[in-house]
Amino acid sequence: MTVTDAPKIVTSRWDLDDGHTIERYLETGGYEGLRAALAKAPADVTEEVKSASLLGRGGAGFPAGVKWGFCPPGVFPRYLVVNGDESEPGTYKDRILMERDPHQLIEGILIACYAVGCSQAFLYVRGEMALAQERIAQALNDAYAAGYVGKNICGTDFSLDIVLHWGAGAYIVGEETALIESLEGNRGMPRLKPPFFPAAKGLYMQPTIVNNVETLSNLPWILTNGGAAFAALGAENSKGTRIFAVSGHVKNPGVYEVEFGVTTFRDLIYAPVYGGGIRGGHELKAFIPGGASAPWLYPEHLDTPLEAATVGKLGTMLGSGAVVVFDETTDMVKAALRLVRFFARESCGKCTPCREGTSWLEMILERILDGHGRPEDLNLLMDVADNISVGLAWPPTQTTICPLGQSATSPIASAVMRFRDEFEAYLGGPAEMTVEVKGAAFVGKPTPTVQDLSLETTADV
Amino acid sequence: MARFTDANLATALEIVSRYPIAKSATIPLLHLAQEQDGYVTDDAMEHIAELVGTTPAQVLGTCSFYEMFKREPVGRYAINICTNIACQIMGGEELLHHAEEKLGIRSGSTTPDGLFTVEDVECIAACTEAPCLQVNYRYRHRITHEEFDQLVDDLAAGRLDDEVPPHGTLARVRQHIPADRAAGVADPTVNVEPVWLAIAAAEEGGDGK
Repeated sequence: MTVTDAPKIVTSRWDLDDGHTIERYLETGGYEGLRAALAKAPADVTEEVKSASLLGRGGAGFPAGVKWGFCPPGVFPRYLVVNGDESEPGTYKDRILMERDPHQLIEGILIACYAVGCSQAFLYVRGEMALAQERIAQALNDAYAAGYVGKNICGTDFSLDIVLHWGAGAYIVGEETALIESLEGNRGMPRLKPPFFPAAKGLYMQPTIVNNVETLSNLPWILTNGGAAFAALGAENSKGTRIFAVSGHVKNPGVYEVEFGVTTFRDLIYAPVYGGGIRGGHELKAFIPGGASAPWLYPEHLDTPLEAATVGKLGTMLGSGAVVVFDETTDMVKAALRLVRFFARESCGKCTPCREGTSWLEMILERILDGHGRPEDLNLLMDVADNISVGLAWPPTQTTICPLGQSATSPIASAVMRFRDEFEAYLGGPAEMTVEVKGAAFVGKPTPTVQDLSLETTADV
Repeated sequence: MARFTDANLATALEIVSRYPIAKSATIPLLHLAQEQDGYVTDDAMEHIAELVGTTPAQVLGTCSFYEMFKREPVGRYAINICTNIACQIMGGEELLHHAEEKLGIRSGSTTPDGLFTVEDVECIAACTEAPCLQVNYRYRHRITHEEFDQLVDDLAAGRLDDEVPPHGTLARVRQHIPADRAAGVADPTVNVEPVWLAIAAAEEGGDGK
């Protein structure tokens, strides 16, 4: 079991009762990263962030510094849009970052806007998060009064307004182009990429950087301590630390910042300082490694490091850092139905395979659970899933504008391929399944060893 | 009362002024309308359309897309119980059924006295604190059936009025950008390099980025 002594980079103020106030923030190193950034040229700040190899923490895991470089030269104004619309089932980190350390996020926004040359920032907080909205509003009001936000920040030529914006309940708005539509006052329906890559044609058709709350919250530490110090933590392709929410059937459900890339699922689920193991008298059946959209993993995968590329080779993803643990009492057909119902409810309705497919998946599963299932329903489920994401492969194929539809196929393919007997029990007998499935996590390929994946590791892993 | 009051109109105009394009204020103004009346009225949507320069139909189109906006009266307290995956396996569905029994209503409806609306909702980002719920978007973590009953009794008796405002009110702290500190909105139709980038480029003697 490995619990490394990596510093707390983004959660250092979570234990303080007043970590959200500007007074405490300034006493604990607040706005020093901004001052360090302002002492450099904007391009050098981008280089510092690139040297940290900070991967986006929203789900897609794209390098933050590289993303910034996609804005076309000479086209202004550029905007920054902060994605605080955390709603992926199982995910619980951005809300705490906004509630307990809003100034850290504000400082991260300032650093990003200075580096990229964004003239205005919009902080989009999920509508349901009233406390986060209050804390951020207060923090912004205090930061304006103290000269950290607004005109001539810290007496320099850098000026920026940060506008607090809030949503109204729609998971799809976490998708970056839907977020922009929503911020423009519209229904939150995704835009087609290309041509609407936000860095080129985003908010008001201008170059726009969309970054996640946790991603930006790392920037003050990186600018204060240097990109190299950040990159010294973690593994080859997953640097720094990362927040994981461990929920479900563990002894200590909680939100933990761990060293990225070297900590394993076993550490996260079983270490006494993290999940503490499966609740008394029960054993692990399966776990979701990265939010509702991720294909499931099983006990044989526990020693996999929390490293993006490694988990990708298993046919799933770390996604949004949401680990949901199931013990042997879990009815996997019910679990699959609940997850599919989520995607059916949250489908925006723009693309047919998602709008129709997710609803049919829900209805077929309900029929099976109600005891009215037909023997051919198992194959029908997989056939519908295969029509939403052809081949049920990993990385998934996409028949829609955004990835919501294909995400609904992850729990279906996982549950059917691994727990077919549970479906057959509801169906009252053996059921044929002829749909061809390609994703590694679905077909249960043997776990590759760490050597197979040619990873650099520490001795303890 | 359905169009904005004078005080709320002033707030609405302040919100609109922060955006380069007024229509971006649509969702914040819908929240303001819901805070004023407890739900979003047709008159409010017409007023919002005037304020953001669009049509009432477009405001309705936006309003009807989002779960939080109610276009008919709901209870003074909207209790949203999460039944998504992490809560489902920790008793969220049982909690929802208990709530329905306690309040004597089905999920999605309101008690006859207009006090409570109960709904099953999707993940509200408190997965490690399952089962969880929100009352008017204020959290309750790891809630037992007994704690639920107590919560309902406390709300009905007005004992939680300080913590839980009536339905429609979200944040009780608003952002205010002081005029002497404002950097100003960034007009998307004016292609000007930010001054700090231009200065850095000049110092480098290069072409900027």
